[in-house]
Amino acid sequence: MRFTGWAANYIDERTSASTAVKTLGRKIFPDHWSFMLGEVALYSFVVILLSGTFLTFFFDPSMTEVEYEGSYVPLQGIPMSVAYHSSLDISFEIRGGLLMRQVHHWAALLFVASIALHMLRVFFTGAFRKPRELNWVIGFLLFVLAMALGFTGYSLPDDLLSGNGLRIIDGMIKAVPVAGAWISYLLFGDEFPGTDIIPRLYVLHILLLPAILVALIGAHMVLLIVNKHTQFAGPGRTNDNVVGAPVMPVFAAKAGGFFFLVFGVIVLIASLFTINPIWNYGPYDPSPVSAGTQPDWYIGFADGALRLIPPHLETVIFGYTWSWNVLIPLVGLLVFLAAAAVYPFLEAWVTGDKREHHIAERPRNNPTRTAIGAAGVTFYAGLWAAASSDLIATHFRLSIEGVIHALQFVTVVGPFIAYFVTKRVCLALMRKDREIALHGYESGRIVRLPGGEYIEVHEQLDDYERWRLVSYEEYQPLMVRPDARGRITARQRVRAGLSRWFFEDRISPVTQKELESQRH
Amino acid sequence: MADVHDGATSGEAAETAVEKHSSASPGVAVERADRIANPGFPPERLRVTDTDPAKEKAAERTVSGLFLMSVVGSILAVVAYVAFPIVEGQPETIRLNNLFLGLGITLGLLGIGIGAVHWSKALMHGHELVEQRHPTRGSDETRAKAVEVFQAGNKESGFTRRSLVRNTLIGALVATPIPAIAIFRDLAPAEDPVALLKHTMWDEGVRLTRDPSGTPIKASEVTIGSAFHVIPEGLTELESHKLEEKAKAAVLLMRLPLDRLNEREDRKDWSYDGIVAYSKICTHVGCPVALYEQQTHHLLCPCHQSEFDVANHAEVIFGPAARPLPQLPITVDEEGYLVAKSDFTEPVGPSFWERAL
Repeated sequence: MRFTGWAANYIDERTSASTAVKTLGRKIFPDHWSFMLGEVALYSFVVILLSGTFLTFFFDPSMTEVEYEGSYVPLQGIPMSVAYHSSLDISFEIRGGLLMRQVHHWAALLFVASIALHMLRVFFTGAFRKPRELNWVIGFLLFVLAMALGFTGYSLPDDLLSGNGLRIIDGMIKAVPVAGAWISYLLFGDEFPGTDIIPRLYVLHILLLPAILVALIGAHMVLLIVNKHTQFAGPGRTNDNVVGAPVMPVFAAKAGGFFFLVFGVIVLIASLFTINPIWNYGPYDPSPVSAGTQPDWYIGFADGALRLIPPHLETVIFGYTWSWNVLIPLVGLLVFLAAAAVYPFLEAWVTGDKREHHIAERPRNNPTRTAIGAAGVTFYAGLWAAASSDLIATHFRLSIEGVIHALQFVTVVGPFIAYFVTKRVCLALMRKDREIALHGYESGRIVRLPGGEYIEVHEQLDDYERWRLVSYEEYQPLMVRPDARGRITARQRVRAGLSRWFFEDRISPVTQKELESQRH
Repeated sequence: MADVHDGATSGEAAETAVEKHSSASPGVAVERADRIANPGFPPERLRVTDTDPAKEKAAERTVSGLFLMSVVGSILAVVAYVAFPIVEGQPETIRLNNLFLGLGITLGLLGIGIGAVHWSKALMHGHELVEQRHPTRGSDETRAKAVEVFQAGNKESGFTRRSLVRNTLIGALVATPIPAIAIFRDLAPAEDPVALLKHTMWDEGVRLTRDPSGTPIKASEVTIGSAFHVIPEGLTELESHKLEEKAKAAVLLMRLPLDRLNEREDRKDWSYDGIVAYSKICTHVGCPVALYEQQTHHLLCPCHQSEFDVANHAEVIFGPAARPLPQLPITVDEEGYLVAKSDFTEPVGPSFWERAL
């Protein structure tokens, strides 16, 4: 105890650490299962850093050609790059090497997946609203960076499968108007594949991209602390307070323990299930390819977009080639991602709401946003499924053409269907909530009245239960009004149109008056 | 910060549950006067460990048991590292090393994880606490101070007053990164990639050889329905740029019954007795078009499922590709080996801006 006191004093006199402990030590974190998705992302990133560091001690990214002399018999004597050779050595010669490779790969898959789910949580609960719009953008950048890190890492072993992935990237880059051939030439340091790409991707993968990622995670966390976490509506919870567990000790124990849980589950998966068995694919060679090739899951939507484009889309104008079959998917995906990035600003403009929002909304209580999200998810899902079009066809004995046409339909028409269905479902759920808040729920108890009439008794909710159903924000469409100069601007008209689209169909929360009139 | 459930619960809770009036515009939000009021915090529900000391003791034992299990797991991992070495020539030893090392580490990690979470849920002070939020924006006073700082900085430096200094500084800052862009030119050699992309190793008289052995192919060996993966003779002996050349020169060789083969007038002499050679590099994004269906004479790209009809100049019949696979004109030499008549007459592989020039 004396030592602890001495050490604390020593550190505080040199760092003023007591200030940080005072302000952060009992900070309150609200609790909900969906809040752990971001934590999973953070912790799997730590696992990626740890396992990745182990791998860098053994991996050699050189593309110099050597003959395989390792212990894996089927590849002995085959020429390959040093990068592939050292990846095989990590798998077959180093104790724990295969485990660390698999931990790294599984953790990477989980990292991107948890970021995506975390983003969906934030989107569907409106947790991106003021004051968190900028943190949404930072989170979006983290998502893009995570995919870039995944792709660069996936390419490093220089096996046949990842080499074909790079070949596809090369083909896409070449389609870029004006500079495509040059960008590809500079990136690969020669004609494809060249001997520079793996060392260059290695530097991006272990230095540049992680450095940016760590900086952005830092900014993400700082803003999280400054803005404090959102919480779901509940009795006693308001837009002005945070209800939950303090960092010291409950949240620290839960979150710290959860880190070990995430780490443990990743190691468990890595010890039981093979991922990316590069020894089965062989070294990269531009001529062979295995059937049923697929990228890691998070690149699937881009690969699927390439597959869904109809044939013959290319034009030559004044001798210059426009490869629409690559440019349309490429631009389409960029627009899709950009739309996700700027959505908070669009919604803020439509509502004109300048207040801070700290209560996470239930998705049903904002039907239009939830429907837009569902449309986006459907679009993504169509593209994503298309990346497995050949496997779907072979597994379910369908024609590849039929699968592609069906997925084209899902990707183009599906989002509209998803939008309308989701919106109607949300409105129906709100109506049901309103009904329950006013009249209570059916108790299942049938009572016979003196006059012989049978009724089912409705149980009223108590105040705490009801609060969850009635405490949501309501918006109405914007009324267009002339400005100071007596004019109605086009901007106003657009905003009014959008807000009508957002809020024309709405269900108002139960008010005190309605509740009282119901009771009498 | 107020503890909800200690002491004067209802009073404090009700106080924290009152929303402060915000001065910011609510936009198109509907603000109703007769909203249902926040009922405040519900009464506390105790855990069994709060009421039953025996249960509390049991939970304590469980948590320390889990932490002990973690220690055991970490030791087991080291034991597994030594006890399951990788033995050359015995691939199953890799599997055992991976499995037991991994399970040991898993036990070490999950023991801590489950233990810590159980500790926090069952034993730590379990009541919810409340903290007040404050607007994210700085107070008016702070903001006024910040404005003063900027104004003082501006006044003391003359940043806006000395516009020449400011504008030349901006110009200098814009110019400095230009060398940083320029020095990347040598990422690739000084050649023009467009010229490189338009030529392959194929030339008049170059023999068609098997991939990867490099042995030449006689026309008589190519039976109807068969397909050969082909590289140009001499590719395997290249000192450098082997993969770069292969990425352009890879060819598929197929023989079709003569009555099934439709040939354009100007390409009649590009085939030999029903044997045709097409670039193996997909015109979409460059994957090898490796799957040949000999009944329909269709080629399928395994990456994005473009389909090419070999009987009709490898034209695109399905999938994202826009152009047919380029055809390699072939014939036989005096020894009966298949040879190219020339290089491809158009660039192979994915499209690029200058391709058609």
